[in-house]
Amino acid sequence: MEKTGIFIEIANGRIKNANYGMITAARGSNSELYAFVINFKAEKIKKKLYAHGIDKIIEIRAENDFEMAWNPVSWSKAVMEAMNAFDIHILLALTTGIGKELLPRIAAELDAPLVMDCIGIDFDKKTAETFRYSGKTIATVKLTGMDLLFGIKPNIIDAVPVNTDSVTAVAMSSDSIDSTTREIDALPETKDISALTKPEIIPFTIKTDFLKTTGQFKNIKLNKTVMPETSSSDNFSNVNLMDADIIISGGRGMKNRENFKILSDCAKQLGAAVGASRAAVDSGWVPYSMQVGQTGEKVSPKVYIACGIAGSIQHFAGMKTSNMIIAVNIDLDASIIALCDYYIVMDLFEIVPLLTKVISEINHT
Amino acid sequence: MQIYVCVKHVPDSAANIVISGKNSIDKSIPFLINPYDEHAVTEAVKLKKSLKKSEVVAVCLGTDDAEKTLRSAMEMGADRSILIMVATGQDSITTAKALKAAIESDGEPGIIFTGRESIDDVGMQTMFRIGKAFGFPVAANVVKFSIKGSKVTVESEREGGIRDVYELPLPCVLAAGRGLNTPEYPTFPQIVKARRKQIKKIDFNTLGIEKIGAAMEVVELKPFVKKRCPVEIKGTPLVAAEKLAKILHEEAKVI
Repeated sequence: MEKTGIFIEIANGRIKNANYGMITAARGSNSELYAFVINFKAEKIKKKLYAHGIDKIIEIRAENDFEMAWNPVSWSKAVMEAMNAFDIHILLALTTGIGKELLPRIAAELDAPLVMDCIGIDFDKKTAETFRYSGKTIATVKLTGMDLLFGIKPNIIDAVPVNTDSVTAVAMSSDSIDSTTREIDALPETKDISALTKPEIIPFTIKTDFLKTTGQFKNIKLNKTVMPETSSSDNFSNVNLMDADIIISGGRGMKNRENFKILSDCAKQLGAAVGASRAAVDSGWVPYSMQVGQTGEKVSPKVYIACGIAGSIQHFAGMKTSNMIIAVNIDLDASIIALCDYYIVMDLFEIVPLLTKVISEINHT
Repeated sequence: MQIYVCVKHVPDSAANIVISGKNSIDKSIPFLINPYDEHAVTEAVKLKKSLKKSEVVAVCLGTDDAEKTLRSAMEMGADRSILIMVATGQDSITTAKALKAAIESDGEPGIIFTGRESIDDVGMQTMFRIGKAFGFPVAANVVKFSIKGSKVTVESEREGGIRDVYELPLPCVLAAGRGLNTPEYPTFPQIVKARRKQIKKIDFNTLGIEKIGAAMEVVELKPFVKKRCPVEIKGTPLVAAEKLAKILHEEAKVI
């Protein structure tokens, strides 16, 4: 049976939600699904991965159970090593900060085709669908080669569990994702014994000297990783733009940096990330990492709330795949009004604080 | 030092894309230099000014129309350019091979700059393939750059503001992200000067690129239009806020 490797992305000790949509996409290959995790004990997530169709989990770590320090070159090599060891020629990973580092390095090394930001894969035809030309078109790309690599656009493909019979007790709702203990406790209620042993976990040790060898691609040295400071005044939300279900964004209509606090307060109540248009970033009000658009992040949340954003074609290039777009704009003629699902033609400085208040009341009841 | 900058000739992001045939677009729209590549050129020119005896060479694949993009790079300070003449768009596997062959035939690269991605295809991989072809290390989405002797230090932004600080030996490939610098509009004298700068044209077919049996090919292109029917949320501000909360809860099911 053919095999498909799936690089599972872990963030802050938790499996990212978007992984499940990726696994759902991988099931289309009708092959044995191998989940790769690095520096992660998969025991606590194995039920959940099994429920989504994973057959085997490869736990990649360094010798003597050491963690493999983050380095895109050594991590790429480790994934390639695992692909080689298990004879895997199809690899999927999320098109996220980590996926953008690993997939192209592996593709370059293997001289393999790679399509990033896939929104669908047809394994029989060896084609992938992805947006081209600023989200104005969808391209079907045919991949030819010994190894095929796919970067999956996060949060576009719905996660559909399969092995639900055996894990009926495992709540599949997204809010149970971090409550792994509850899932394990619930297992004895299940009737299928295989659910207790599947999926198989296979430790895979990367030799330290392997990591040291520069091999064909020379190493780059990581001096340090600088995390955005949560206490920093630039931190408007603790939710990452790429992972968010809701994004509330501000544009030129925000008028200044201080006013972004209004969005930040609302985001806290909504559990949302805060984004910005290029106009707000170029004005120096918020950092570039918050920019949504053609030359910023390309997001696809369930709900995108645009406050004081006119809606240029370049901004739409970064958010048009959102499920629902809500515009708050004082100007009825703003182009975003014609391109959204819901709009409120009122002063954002009045509406947003009221929304914060209403949501806060809901949260407290 | 020979500094090479790989630039791409892409459709203006504001242009209306019309699909032509099954898998291509009507190319009679304005094309220009890929926005991220402007950061790459700007950084290359900045580096050149800090080094003795260096030259910045812009390299591009395309038809005669791509001269515009190379002209833009030269207006921004690139000394000369190379245009690899090819009628149709190539995938990143072939593009990287062609860039490598053209650069190698021209000189010995000290640093190769690219943009972090092209805004049309957003393949995000050509820089890594160039690195592999030359055997040079690669840093992606570089937002800060400094050089000391034969080493460079870069800050590479991953996502959500997380930055990895890497040290790379020269020669290397660096993909410029936004935030690395602020490209400036060329002045009139710069524009005039750029007109006299050389564009060396190389026929793609003379580069001897061998197809390796791995490829990516667009087999179909269709317009993406998500139909939305805008509905106004009316009422007093409080009523509107309450209606919005209800939509988030009942329809979007996010709260």
